[in-house]
Amino acid sequence: MSKWAMIIDIPLCNNCNNCFIAVKDEHIANDFPGYCAPQPAHGARWLDMERKERGTFPAVEANFRPAMCNHCDDAPCVAAARDGAAKKRVDGIVLFDPVKSRGQRQIQDACPYGAVAWNEELDIPQIWTFDAHLRDRGWKQGRIEQACPTGALKSVKLSDAELADMVARDGLQVRHPEYGTRPRVFYKHMNLFTHELVVGAVVTQGAKGEECLAGASVRLLSAGQEIGHATSDTFGEFRIEIAPDTAPDSLTLQVEAGGVSREFACSASSFNLCGLDAK
Amino acid sequence: MRFQATLFSIVQALRATAIAHRSFRQRLKERNMIAQLKLQDDSEGRWIEFRDGRVLSKAGMHAAPDVTIFFRDAKVAAKLLSPKQNFYTRIDAMKNFKMGMFGPDDLALWLTDTMSIMQTVWWKHGTDMGGGVMRYTNNTNGGPVHVDVKDGKILRIMPLDYDKKDPPGWTITTSDGASFTPPHKATAAPYAIGFKSMIYSPDRNLYPMKRVDFDPNGERNPQNRGTSEFERISWDEALDIVASEFKRVKRECGPGAIAVSHGSHHTWGNVGYYLSSLFRFFNLVGFTKIIHNPDSWEGWYWGAMHHWGNSMRMGTAELYGQVEDCLENCEMMVFWSSDPEATNGCYGGFEGSVRRLWAKERGIEFVHIDPYYNHTAALMGGKWIAPRPGTDPALAQAISQVWIEEDLYDKDFVQNRTTGFDEWAAYVMGVKDGTPKTPEWAEEMTGVPARDIRALARQWGRKRTYLGSGGFGNGLGGANRSPTGMQWARMMVILMAMQGVGRPGVNFGNMQAGTPIDTSFWFPGYAEGGISGDLMNTGAAVNTYVRIPHLLTMNSSKQIIPRMQLPEAILEGSAKGYFTDPTSLHGQFLPFQYPAPGHSPIQILYKYGGASFGTMTDSNRWVKMFRSENLPFVVSQSIWNEGETKFADIILPACTNFERWDIGEWSHAGGYAHGMASQVNHRTVVLQQKVIEPLGESKSDYRIFAELAQRLGMSAMFTEGMSELDWCKRIFDGSDLKDLISWKKFLKRGYAVVPAPKKELAPAMSHRWYYEGRQKDVPDPFPLPSEYTGQWNEGMQTQSGKIEFIPQSLQKIDDPDRPPLNRYDQAWETRADVNLGQYPLRLVSAHSRYSFHSLGDGKQGAISEIGDHRVNIGGVPYLQVRMSQADADARGIAENDIVELFNARGSVLCAACITNRLPAGIIQTYQASAIYDPLGEPGYTPDRGGCVNLLTSNRSQTLQGSSMGPNACGIEIRKWDQSAWDQGRWDNSHMDMKTAEAAQ
Repeated sequence: MSKWAMIIDIPLCNNCNNCFIAVKDEHIANDFPGYCAPQPAHGARWLDMERKERGTFPAVEANFRPAMCNHCDDAPCVAAARDGAAKKRVDGIVLFDPVKSRGQRQIQDACPYGAVAWNEELDIPQIWTFDAHLRDRGWKQGRIEQACPTGALKSVKLSDAELADMVARDGLQVRHPEYGTRPRVFYKHMNLFTHELVVGAVVTQGAKGEECLAGASVRLLSAGQEIGHATSDTFGEFRIEIAPDTAPDSLTLQVEAGGVSREFACSASSFNLCGLDAK
Repeated sequence: MRFQATLFSIVQALRATAIAHRSFRQRLKERNMIAQLKLQDDSEGRWIEFRDGRVLSKAGMHAAPDVTIFFRDAKVAAKLLSPKQNFYTRIDAMKNFKMGMFGPDDLALWLTDTMSIMQTVWWKHGTDMGGGVMRYTNNTNGGPVHVDVKDGKILRIMPLDYDKKDPPGWTITTSDGASFTPPHKATAAPYAIGFKSMIYSPDRNLYPMKRVDFDPNGERNPQNRGTSEFERISWDEALDIVASEFKRVKRECGPGAIAVSHGSHHTWGNVGYYLSSLFRFFNLVGFTKIIHNPDSWEGWYWGAMHHWGNSMRMGTAELYGQVEDCLENCEMMVFWSSDPEATNGCYGGFEGSVRRLWAKERGIEFVHIDPYYNHTAALMGGKWIAPRPGTDPALAQAISQVWIEEDLYDKDFVQNRTTGFDEWAAYVMGVKDGTPKTPEWAEEMTGVPARDIRALARQWGRKRTYLGSGGFGNGLGGANRSPTGMQWARMMVILMAMQGVGRPGVNFGNMQAGTPIDTSFWFPGYAEGGISGDLMNTGAAVNTYVRIPHLLTMNSSKQIIPRMQLPEAILEGSAKGYFTDPTSLHGQFLPFQYPAPGHSPIQILYKYGGASFGTMTDSNRWVKMFRSENLPFVVSQSIWNEGETKFADIILPACTNFERWDIGEWSHAGGYAHGMASQVNHRTVVLQQKVIEPLGESKSDYRIFAELAQRLGMSAMFTEGMSELDWCKRIFDGSDLKDLISWKKFLKRGYAVVPAPKKELAPAMSHRWYYEGRQKDVPDPFPLPSEYTGQWNEGMQTQSGKIEFIPQSLQKIDDPDRPPLNRYDQAWETRADVNLGQYPLRLVSAHSRYSFHSLGDGKQGAISEIGDHRVNIGGVPYLQVRMSQADADARGIAENDIVELFNARGSVLCAACITNRLPAGIIQTYQASAIYDPLGEPGYTPDRGGCVNLLTSNRSQTLQGSSMGPNACGIEIRKWDQSAWDQGRWDNSHMDMKTAEAAQ
């Protein structure tokens, strides 16, 4: 049996919010009986955009990803629901019954991701439905991927084994795997959200004064051990990714160019300007 | 005999249509009237009587017909009444009195409308999707869309889906074997997909309204505009008031008493666009035209153009072949004040995004020069250089200094294709003033480390580099709208001249334009005049007027007002402006004066669209203008009650383009933006289907004008007996579209994709001809022949025919704001002597990301819910303003705090967003708020709607031109204290407008 999963490639997301708008367009004032009651006119964020800035001026990154109901295989909401108000379909999609779920706040509370919205007017929990009502009518793509201009969003329908292969092959990850709910929304290049950047530039004294030094080898050391390296670019700049558990106080930079090598104290939260008197 | 038969067939057709179509039966019950059709000499005729829904008719002459239509003779009648219309014949008959119509205009309009509906009611459109869902098409300035409709209500709006029947598009194969084909889908901007929320917005104007304390025959109370309530009135009452005011001011005051102010953009479509129906109607009425400055091109038009011409494109570059050249030859791309991911170029949906990702795939190096780490930078990555707003020209001069000093420019090109380089080089090297414009010199101005400037200059000088300057690749937003916009745009041309523009891999562009599409396929862009018949103020004369014959219209009033000075014209009674004239290099030097001799001061302001407080500069002036006694009557014809709509006396509710018929090509402007459709991957012409009935009592702009025209006896002149759908068909028939698809199929599918040409027929590469010293071979119909100084079609549109470092055109005027030598002059707004101490932060307010100017913003719509656009705090959707942690800390500001942005001109409340994407001292937000929501007296109290242009200066970049330069504005920010405001403890003294005006 093949099941739906969503694959989100973070570096392709340009934060256009088309997916955010498409969910609103599909659900505000639209009732899909058996699937989903209308979304409130304002305030609901069944799909929301998240921003992660890395680095510091002038070497920064701004990364974006949509976040929504994960349609988990071990969905706490399904477990928390009474009277079958939340169910996991055989195609992997989690749906709330817009009638039976009335008043069942525990469905919302059960979600560790905070992905369940509460519709105050109708007194029901609501989620992004994976466009189940459209897929059941044969739509190959849901609204959010149809609206995505860069192909950052892609739904796939795969068997568990095929999906596991894809996850391994493409290095797919889920948000907060520690919650243990086995999400069906996967992210490619999740490091852009989970890891930080150490940034800086290598400069040297040239004939005109301070000049950018390209091609320098920059090693990032934590307590003496190399944990990352980079080669400085045209502007002498380097960016080295560090894992979230890296101790910020333990960092030093080892910069080498033209046979000259120097070590610098390193700050994870500021721009590390490394002056090197290269030959 | 044949004439009689034709007339009788009309009667039969009326009856048959009534039998087949219930709506037509209903229509026939609307009026009782007698129409007489006849030959002019009364020798033959037939009358048709509409009585209680029945159609009675008899050959011969009626004794007392209501409306009479005559034909000169039977031969003319046969031609004109033939089912297959020939519009050349028809226009000839109208112009030369071979046919005519007499009778009350309301009956005449009803009759011609009925005859039109008799044909179009048979047409079938849309695709049945099953389950009661019909799929239709429409178009927006953010891309084409499919619209699903169920039970007369829009279900969803999505980017238009191509299918297998559509041509596949183009492929670019590079010499190293890489192959690039764009996705077979259309992309659309968020405000296009979110249009449903605007259509069903609670802020729609659904009924004609009158301000409660406005009495056209008594007290008008203009001072209460913006604060008084409105009451609902009937269409008849509303239109009667407007038409009688038109007549009154024309009789009492003279020509030019009616001024019309429209936005720069409009809901998409060739029929409904302001350059179409509005110009057609007001040319018939006679009006004072409010001249638009080239607001997104300022620096290019007033500055850069003098170095190399390209006047028809407002001084920007050619738009052909860049995509292929980039993929094949480019090594580095500099985005200078260029954020196409934010602005979609202009109208381009996200068509460029996938191509920019190709550029990334090719390993092209990227540099982003922008005070804000913008969305294009975020997507592409690369080096970020953040000059202080308005100092970009200094950065550019330092780059040219390095090139000269280190021999990194195209000497051959400079020697053979340019003039004046020696003088330029002497300036840059500091020969006269002793100050070489080195990176160290520029560091002081710009805040950019000299080492970065030098590294950039060297890399640029060594690598084949594309320059994307402005959102579109060049032009359209960014630094050219700053106080130093002319200096900057001039520098962009100077830099590219030094690098040999047109050399393989060296050109203007950022992958936003220049796709290998078929440019020979003719379908009108919106600037080509639509149905206006206006040969003076649109591009109609080039193709539209010839290909789609229609009546000529011409405004007989010669009075004009520069848009930026409209408040001064009203409040102070005079204004001076300069022309936006794309036809020549020198037309912009001509001043004009308001009031014009022999013309009336403005008595009526007819406002078309309603959110210019967010887009005009120093816009508290506009607020005060609306509340002035000098303005006896204000009409607002608007879709939404937003911005200044409520500053009107009468509101005429217009509907959106989803509630009326239109036809338009995606991203195709034509005219002053020739070739703009080359932003899209697949040229797409869309029948903009009327997907639902107009909401409430709203009407299309065309209908509103038709019904006003009827009150002036001009309905036939305005409509030519045509509905909007008839006009769509007429445009279809007059364009190359008719050879691509049948009308029947087009009605059903709703769009057609123009096939990509084979490689050999793709447009030639921009500026390559010039680089190689050949005749111009790009498909540009300009410059005008008279603008060439040597052989036609050879050389640039300058006096020397070459790129001029020291433009001769600027040597002919004496303008301290743009001397022939483009020396660096710090921006007036950020000069230390202009309040910098008090207002030390520099605000950049770029073209908006999630809305198209004010379209999409506000209106309680979906766009206002986007977290990176507005933040809902206590039920108020505050516009986001971005600042560095350092600036926030210095002011005790936290994320999502309400903050006040202020200077001597005004005060705006926003929601704080703290980011690493700005250096300290620079504040970023987007301009063009649709919401104006003052806390107290309009014009004198803080606005919580987010109209940041309340803060920007109205000074023109050059005092010998009509331009704007808002994109670097001195402000201060403080945390807002609502309770202090409520208790009257908030120090608001900076809002003393007398001080503000004196400071200017």
